[in-house]
Amino acid sequence: MVEVDSSDLSRDTLFGVEEMEINFGPQHPATHGVLRLKLKVDGERIVDCYPVIGYLHRGTEKLFELHPFFQNVPHTDRLDYVAAATNNLAYVGAVEKLLGIVVPPRASYIRTLLSELQRISSHLLWLATHAIDIGAMTPFFYTFREREVVLDLFEEYCGARLTLNCMRPGGQPYDLPVGWVERCAEFVGGFPEKIDEYEGLLTENRIWKKRTVGIGILSPEMALDYAVTGPMLRGSGIGLDVRKAMPYEMYDQMDFDVPVFYNCDTYDRYLVRMEEMRQSVRIVQQCLEKLPEGPLMAKRPRVLKAPKEGDVYHAVEAPKGEIGFYIVGDGTPNPHRCRGRPPSFYNIQVLPEMVVGGRIADLIAVIGTTDVVLGAVDR
Amino acid sequence: MVEFFGETLYVYAVVPFLKIIAAIVVVLTIIAYTTFAERKILGFLQVRMGPNRVGPWGLLQPIADVVKLLGKEDVIPNRAVVWAYVLAPCLVVGPALLILSVIPFGPPSSAGPASSWFITDVNVGLLLVVAIASIGVYGLLLGGWASNNKFSMMGGLRAAAQMISYEVPQGFSLVVPLLMAGTLSLVGIVEAQLTQGRWFIFGFFPFGLLAFFIYFVSGVAESNRNPFDLPEAESELVAGFHTEYSGMRFALFFLGEYANMIVISAVAVTLFLGGWLRPFPNLEWLSFLDLGFLPPGLAGFLWFLIKLLVFLFVYIWFRGTFPRYRFDQLMDLGWKWLIPAALLAVVATSIWKVALL
Repeated sequence: MVEVDSSDLSRDTLFGVEEMEINFGPQHPATHGVLRLKLKVDGERIVDCYPVIGYLHRGTEKLFELHPFFQNVPHTDRLDYVAAATNNLAYVGAVEKLLGIVVPPRASYIRTLLSELQRISSHLLWLATHAIDIGAMTPFFYTFREREVVLDLFEEYCGARLTLNCMRPGGQPYDLPVGWVERCAEFVGGFPEKIDEYEGLLTENRIWKKRTVGIGILSPEMALDYAVTGPMLRGSGIGLDVRKAMPYEMYDQMDFDVPVFYNCDTYDRYLVRMEEMRQSVRIVQQCLEKLPEGPLMAKRPRVLKAPKEGDVYHAVEAPKGEIGFYIVGDGTPNPHRCRGRPPSFYNIQVLPEMVVGGRIADLIAVIGTTDVVLGAVDR
Repeated sequence: MVEFFGETLYVYAVVPFLKIIAAIVVVLTIIAYTTFAERKILGFLQVRMGPNRVGPWGLLQPIADVVKLLGKEDVIPNRAVVWAYVLAPCLVVGPALLILSVIPFGPPSSAGPASSWFITDVNVGLLLVVAIASIGVYGLLLGGWASNNKFSMMGGLRAAAQMISYEVPQGFSLVVPLLMAGTLSLVGIVEAQLTQGRWFIFGFFPFGLLAFFIYFVSGVAESNRNPFDLPEAESELVAGFHTEYSGMRFALFFLGEYANMIVISAVAVTLFLGGWLRPFPNLEWLSFLDLGFLPPGLAGFLWFLIKLLVFLFVYIWFRGTFPRYRFDQLMDLGWKWLIPAALLAVVATSIWKVALL
């Protein structure tokens, strides 16, 4: 029996009821996998929020140490499992940097191409789930219609749709299949119209704006303090993009813009991602135009051995933010230590700051806007 | 004496009983096929097929669904309040079906009450509709509370707040056709639209239209449909008040939602869109729309049905288009916009009516 102090009139809850604790997830339709939040709510208002992670922990970083460099690429697929190509790219990029391998231009173009297609497919999945979380059901099916085409392109290239395993240290394992370039060009040519279609359903929709404008404010200072990257950072007015700041592969040859919006809310993060898809289309088109002929694999030893001493960090711009790998070599074919820096892990940490004081419905919108993938958070 | 008794029994017991059965069967069929149509139409809107496995074009899907739901285990959670948990779904479906007793599906007959197209005509029909409709909220509230689940309880609380808030503008908007007709009998209201020669949605322009709009928006909120489906907001509260329900009890909640949709649409059709009347009942040259070649009353019933189906389509269309409101925004909309607008409509109609006298 809880003693209720009737003299405490500052509480405006009826009957002096205590705040309620809710376990939000790991089995909940809106937690995008197995995110668990311990919520303390006062009616609909969130008083406290504590994310609990680790339900998808698979010891990936330990696994890296047990396998040679080139066998580790499939492990990276399972980190951010909706954006495997950029995971691959960050890992093989780090290995190449460590071993001093220079990738031939055709392979480099194909990598750029694949990571931009991956960005499109990842953002489409984000839009689908974000919209369905906020209650708009139809965009889900529209985006999946286009995502299917992207996945088909991936499947044609490497045989897999999700866990691509499509890059190797030193270059690309396969060349583009016959007709792939035309099919890809056809898709990206028609894609901006489809983005208009999604935006027609959402961007100026009054209910959509009511649910997202001014919700989940993430100030630029806080974003920097928490090392938030990617669209979340660019929605808070800081135009940091690894593709521009530390160009890798062919990004320094590409002509594209980095969208930045300044209102720091869920709506602006939505706008950032919508614009990023359009920019990705531009990059893909340029890659397809410029695609050179040439070898796919650099000259490299059959067994990759790291130098005795040396560590390296290589980061790329994944759809969700900066993904990087820090690799320490010890002269063996296995990495001595390989640490991933998945963007979702950093982006989810800022969640409590964004939701406390809001409503439960806002929490849903904010989880959607962080675009978290628990495979990458837990590793 | 025997003859008189037989006649009375026939008119006041046998015929109404048969009509009740007919109404329930027809409405349950409409409900079953509304769920089917919803899935098909949503499929069409969302570039997919919708159900197409069971029977031709998936037409037997609703039956398969019911059979499946009947075969499901009926789980009652630990520490649930059993009587309330069991009672709640009935409290949702019961009132919704009860309202059907006063809805005029078709015109009255000159041959007497036995051959008219409604179960009964109560002279306080509209009041009865409003009174019974408000019972439905108990089902949601009790169901949410009795499940012993925090998400259910929040769903139930949302349902209670939402439905009670939206009953206010709904009640006010119903006063407008009431003022126009001068009677509470639903049959009387439709007949008034015939004698005045216009549907009440066009009456006292634009106040009839305004009242209709308010009624329909509140109706969507009352039946907890998108964009006001907060009590069962899937992404927020798992499934809201019916999170713990399974099997046929869940189906009853589902049934209740659709029955509510139909009842709200039927009341809207009766009060604002001329019930069984054809469009523009004042224009002689449109009288071919009365479909005189059909048996008496059937044409009226068909018109009623068409209007009802249009409403149901709009409900489904909403679901395919809109995101969901937030709880406090929903309350804002109700109290700050709909209630003042409804009051305006009532006051303006009253003044207009008095000025005409």
